[in-house]
Amino acid sequence: MIDLPAIEPMMLWLYAGVLGLLVVASLTGFILARRVTTDSGHETVRNLNSRIKAWWVMVLVFALAFVVGKGLTLVLFALVSFYCLREFLSLTPTHPRDHAAIAAAFYVFIPLQYWLLWIDWPAMLTILIPVYAFLLLPVLSVLWGVTDDFLARTAKIQWGLMLAVFCVSHAPALLLLDLGPHKPIYLLLFLITVVQLSDVLQYTVGKLFGRTRIAPHVSPSKTVEGFVGGGLLAVLVGTGLWWITPFSPLAAAAMAAAIVLAGFFGGLVLSAVKRSLGAKDWGAMIEGHGGALDRMDSVTFAAPLFYHLVNYFFAR
Amino acid sequence: MIAAIIIGLTRFLVGGTGLWLGCSPSARQRIYFANHSSHLDTIILWAAMPPDLRRRVRPVAAADYWGKGRLQRYIALKVLNAVLVERKGGSANPLVPLQDSLRAGDSLIIFPEGTRGLERLPDSFKGGLYHLAHEFPEVELVPVFLDNLRRAFPKGSLVPVPISCIARFGAPMALAEGETRPQFLERARAAVEALA
Repeated sequence: MIDLPAIEPMMLWLYAGVLGLLVVASLTGFILARRVTTDSGHETVRNLNSRIKAWWVMVLVFALAFVVGKGLTLVLFALVSFYCLREFLSLTPTHPRDHAAIAAAFYVFIPLQYWLLWIDWPAMLTILIPVYAFLLLPVLSVLWGVTDDFLARTAKIQWGLMLAVFCVSHAPALLLLDLGPHKPIYLLLFLITVVQLSDVLQYTVGKLFGRTRIAPHVSPSKTVEGFVGGGLLAVLVGTGLWWITPFSPLAAAAMAAAIVLAGFFGGLVLSAVKRSLGAKDWGAMIEGHGGALDRMDSVTFAAPLFYHLVNYFFAR
Repeated sequence: MIAAIIIGLTRFLVGGTGLWLGCSPSARQRIYFANHSSHLDTIILWAAMPPDLRRRVRPVAAADYWGKGRLQRYIALKVLNAVLVERKGGSANPLVPLQDSLRAGDSLIIFPEGTRGLERLPDSFKGGLYHLAHEFPEVELVPVFLDNLRRAFPKGSLVPVPISCIARFGAPMALAEGETRPQFLERARAAVEALA
């Protein structure tokens, strides 16, 4: 059996490393913001700086969650789900007569999903929204008797709930896994670190060396060079983090690769959804304080996959 | 204190950002007129004002809703500083409280459709706005479009849901020389619609 307290000082090193990285990133962003002159340069630097700001929040949240424990982590992820769903449904043209279904999505299914995490009921967690919300929401809408676009309206609310609540909740669901001597919160850290680094490294490598666009109509900033280069770098970092997880270095590389791939497709799919709704950023609707889904798009796809991979191969 | 709670709750649930497209917030005397689809309209518009202007920008609210329960009455009179008007049955001219408050130098928030609609675009306007524009030509008339409120808190629903709402403020307008009542009311309605 691995002696856990022996790793704890290394966690301090990990945290020191993360903080150091963030300080360097923030300084770089600050200097870049003064140096650039072109419009597209400004746009790029603004994008980078908003990511860096979001990371500060994430790292502080993690530090707090480490100290306070599962309850706080769940509350924070419930809030993330809330903001993501609010963004999704604000951009989606729902009908006023969907009000009861939307109220149920926010006031019943978000608390219920996270309550299931709190009481440790993973079986119900995986079917609450795909089965029970799927059946209940159209019932709430149909009672108002408006049939215009009924299927499309119902599907949109279900999609929002799946992405913002079901998928996002699979990140903190990692805390339910029994990994023996390993603390599952480090897996949450592993997931978020790999996803976020993969996002920004793909973006940065793409800006520096990107030539071949993968899907010019869906997401013009995604390039083959960025995806391969940034993705490989993120896998490398993930592999380097094997010691905080129950994975061997090789398994850590495979897990990181799965996260990178799922995250990439998550970003691509949500970009297409966004564009089909006529917006460039999820936050565009809420000037000044939006964009939660812009940061979480890759997490929504990576979290359930990672959760099930870990559950299948490593949980007891 | 109560004002802070109401504003905090509103921001958390529906955002309610004010976008000043055609003018900036100002202490000038104004009548803000907007489309009406929700009981939240009054609060959103009031919350979109800079804090120092809120006491002097008074929402005009229907006495049959905002004057009814103790809580509504308290919020309407003490927090929103609303002007309550009787919508039906009153023999007196319902515009009198509005005229009094304009004469006292306050700005007003009114919903010229008179009642909450279910559609996104505003229905035809009632005549009150014309009378006020005629009687107080020095007061600026500012069109406002309230977006998404019909989805966040539609007529007939019990609780608001978290859908982001926006108040878009347009350019001030005034009654033109020789403009008839229907012409003016249609122009005002179109000004709100143009912000949609």
